[in-house]
Amino acid sequence: MAASKASRIGEEIWKTRIDKVNAELVTLTYGTIVAQLCKDFEDDYPEVNRQLDKMGYNIGLRLIEDYLAKSNTMKRCSNFRETADMISRVGFKIFLNITPQVTNWTADNNSFSLVFDENPFADFVELPDDGRAQNELWYSNILCGVLRGALEMVQMQVEAHFISDVLRGNDTTEMRVTLIRYIDDELPPEDD
Amino acid sequence: MKVASKGHSLFRIDNTRRVWFSNSQDKIDILETNSKAETRFMVSPSWPDTLNLTLVSPDSRTVFSLIIINKAGGLIYNKTFHEGGLNKISTNDYLVLAGTFHGVHAITARLNPVKPVAPPPTPGTNEPPNRPEPSSGLEVLETENFRMQCFNTLTGTKFLLFTETTQTNVDVTIKRIYDLYADYVMKNPFYSLEMPIRCDIFDRKLLSYIREINNR
Repeated sequence: MAASKASRIGEEIWKTRIDKVNAELVTLTYGTIVAQLCKDFEDDYPEVNRQLDKMGYNIGLRLIEDYLAKSNTMKRCSNFRETADMISRVGFKIFLNITPQVTNWTADNNSFSLVFDENPFADFVELPDDGRAQNELWYSNILCGVLRGALEMVQMQVEAHFISDVLRGNDTTEMRVTLIRYIDDELPPEDD
Repeated sequence: MKVASKGHSLFRIDNTRRVWFSNSQDKIDILETNSKAETRFMVSPSWPDTLNLTLVSPDSRTVFSLIIINKAGGLIYNKTFHEGGLNKISTNDYLVLAGTFHGVHAITARLNPVKPVAPPPTPGTNEPPNRPEPSSGLEVLETENFRMQCFNTLTGTKFLLFTETTQTNVDVTIKRIYDLYADYVMKNPFYSLEMPIRCDIFDRKLLSYIREINNR
């Protein structure tokens, strides 16, 4: 499916089938969660990253059904490039009203970057200046988990992590997504 | 004037609003239908001028029941909407039905020859090879009295809807049920994935949606 068609689908669903909420409610709720995790785990940022990823994973496992129902998806993507376009132009569009750029493909087409020009989670946010958060905390790490969970439900095992974040002073916010394998129907071993 | 009394299976109405008689090739167009489920028909030249028929089966468009099967073949939801449409079977039999259907579905999917992979749109560009389209497997089972349609989501959950054989737009109905499932089951934070569905709001929304269809 062409990228432009994906954009059109995303736009159409966003306009007609999505209940909107105040963006600040989302931003502030997410901020509260991250801040509370930092408190609960006593500023152990790698652990906070892990917890966010886990929360996102559990969201993704459920959210995929909403994505499929709303987008009326009847057939699976024919390749990983199409998957990437659908993630950005339909998935991110309908749930967050953003369309991150899909870029930096590897030659084998198994790994790409999502570059976030805007990130509704990060409005108003400044990372704590304890000298570590800037290097250790991936503030929007929940998104990696969401992608991992959602794609796992449609038979794709992926690995996702942020490699830069404007909150850390980088120029861009960039997430790297790598396809590990397609989980094809695995038949249980036969008892011979 | 001919009157077919309730209980006689004399004719059926197809979705072009045309009446077919079960014993012949005769067909007539519907002129009007009143609230008492009586229908007046325009008749072909070989018939009398007007014909009053009482609809033989007022519920000739009925959704009987819904079954949801998780991706491991377990029965996670089972609801009957119309008493008397289908015989009751025990919960255990429903579990067996779900498991058996799941297995048969998997095997029929393997029977299907895999469609040839479409070549990348423009050779030479850096497009990855396309994955073959998975085969659908068993979609419809039909008996004299009911029709069972299966909707297999991309995540592997199956929705089986039992309806009258004359029911139309079953796929639209199933998609709408999938919408309700995505909202009121998957978004309920206390629902555990793959487990039996006990969500009151889902029940209520589903019942009111199906009632709307059955009363149409």
